Amino acid sequence: MRKVSRLSRFNIASLALGLAFLYLPILILVIYSFNASRLVTVWGGWSLRWYHEFFNDRAMIEAAWMSLRVAVSSATIATLLGTLAAVALSRGERFRGRTLFSGMLYAPLVMPEVITGLSLLLLFVALNAERGFWTVTIAHTTLTMCFVAVVVQSRLGSLDRSLEEAAMDLGCDPVRAFVAVTLPLIAPAIVAGWMLAFTLSLDDLVIASFTTGPGSAPLPIRIYSEVRLGVKPEINAICTLVIALIAVVIVIASLASKLTSSQGESAAPL
Amino acid sequence: MTDELPRTDAAANAAGGDAHPAAGQPLLRIEGVAKTFGTFRAVDGVSLDIKAGEFFALLGPSGCGKTTLLRMLAGFEAPDEGRILLGGKDIAQALPHERPINMMFQNYALFPHLSVRDNIAFGLKRAGMARADIAMRVAEMVALVKLEGLEKRKPDQLSGGQRQRVALARALARRPQLLLLDEPLAALDKKLRESTQGELMELQRRLGMTFIVVTHDQEEAMTMASRIGVMKAGKLAQVASPRELYEAPRSRWIAEFVGDINLFDGESKLRDGHRLIIGTRDAGTLVVAEPREPIGAGRFAVAIRPEKIKLSRRAPVSEAGRETAINSLDGVIADICYLGGTTTYKVKLDAGGMVQASVANSVRLDVHAYSLNQHVVAWFTPDDCVVLPS
Repeated sequence: MRKVSRLSRFNIASLALGLAFLYLPILILVIYSFNASRLVTVWGGWSLRWYHEFFNDRAMIEAAWMSLRVAVSSATIATLLGTLAAVALSRGERFRGRTLFSGMLYAPLVMPEVITGLSLLLLFVALNAERGFWTVTIAHTTLTMCFVAVVVQSRLGSLDRSLEEAAMDLGCDPVRAFVAVTLPLIAPAIVAGWMLAFTLSLDDLVIASFTTGPGSAPLPIRIYSEVRLGVKPEINAICTLVIALIAVVIVIASLASKLTSSQGESAAPL
Repeated sequence: MTDELPRTDAAANAAGGDAHPAAGQPLLRIEGVAKTFGTFRAVDGVSLDIKAGEFFALLGPSGCGKTTLLRMLAGFEAPDEGRILLGGKDIAQALPHERPINMMFQNYALFPHLSVRDNIAFGLKRAGMARADIAMRVAEMVALVKLEGLEKRKPDQLSGGQRQRVALARALARRPQLLLLDEPLAALDKKLRESTQGELMELQRRLGMTFIVVTHDQEEAMTMASRIGVMKAGKLAQVASPRELYEAPRSRWIAEFVGDINLFDGESKLRDGHRLIIGTRDAGTLVVAEPREPIGAGRFAVAIRPEKIKLSRRAPVSEAGRETAINSLDGVIADICYLGGTTTYKVKLDAGGMVQASVANSVRLDVHAYSLNQHVVAWFTPDDCVVLPS
């Protein structure tokens, strides 16, 4: 048994402070989403009124539906591309400029979103693409692909190369060896990468606002424009639902990476 | 005559690295194989024949190219030069899955997501074997390596020794013509290693399969292999049976690499029949058996294994007419290292040098054991010495 060391008073205080700093605003938002009152800051008792309101708000539901569709499709494309990139970078022959390539892959990770958004907008305008669902999906794929690549690559890096060699030794060509051995072992990281991409896409406002077109706003944009006219308690309800969705996704993602570490390998960073 | 051994060994030695014309075609023939990584020549023109049914060991210090050579046999590296012939067919450029060769990896490389049974069956499924046959072969392999009852376990639920067995069973399951073992026992503790050595040898004999094992552990190589190839800096330094390698090393480096040895540098002075008289700086004049391969005048090293050196309190009584047959050196005990079965004494010679003698502790309460600073005579016969080019 691992011995749990007792926390000192100072540690308890700093932990409480840090958690309060992180979660108090969210907690207040969640509580106020069940507020019966029309006024956001006045408590009027418990009620599910604003959830009811949201489910009857066609425009909001449509925005949420679009966000979901964008998140699912961009996460799927990003996972595919990101996994391929990670495999190429960690498994391929050492080609010239490999370091440059991996650096370039990670650049969007630190690039200000405004720049990513603006550059994509310019591209779409230049291509004369009709802005809407697909432009936002492509933009989110650009953003999230590198996150997937990082997660998958770290998992690949911790994977023993000789496993693939053993598979080849036992009669697999390189492609079969990858499918039969490597893929099942990096699957948890791929799932985690997908979840990460999904949540990043779901709550992105900046890039979406650059790349979406009139009449098709994802949820964060919709919420943002509503809030500019004054915060309705309905927004609290929507946000609470989004938080719940993201919490579920994160729990699944961390369970997936736990599954990985229980197989005796290091977990994907999340 | 006692001096027969070094002579025959030297003769076998000369042929060891080359062809075996009498044994028919070898199973594996490596011809002038070389591999360069960047500017580093990892394997530098190795030629070697391996007969079917041999247990061959590639022995060498780390970085000598033995693992690279093994990986070229398995197909994970392609040689830059030379040919690798398996049963007469050049496989140097064939991919790993196209070769009837299997390998047991150093870290075993068991698939962590598959059970013991599925690990063993992996290669059989790829070979397109029928399900019933696979089940039979897996059961056979499981019995062979004594893993009954563990078929459903995952590799992380096994001990190190059990994992080693799974890896062995997986590599043997396809009945390869040649099994490569990369440091197969390195991850096991000493006791387990010794028993596993025996099991591997037993298995190899029973299956009549050809094994090539790579190891840096000379005891392991000596125990298991019928022939050993010692590698140094990408080249084969000597290919010989364990006994030849130990008793008739071809070079000073091999003599020092395999086992412990006392070396005295010197110059040949006289030839007396089958004996050479060599004047050494550290041990005076030594009488040694003349090596089979004629050596010219010049500088030599006289090499004597520690267990060949006997210690006594007085100079040994010489039989009539054999006075010259014994080298005896006076000295004092400078260091005692008790190892259980043997004791290693370091004797500081009056002539200046230091000599190591390994004495079997054949008596439990040895009142005659030597003590520090005691005067002793270290002696050995001319046949106990090997003359090596300096």
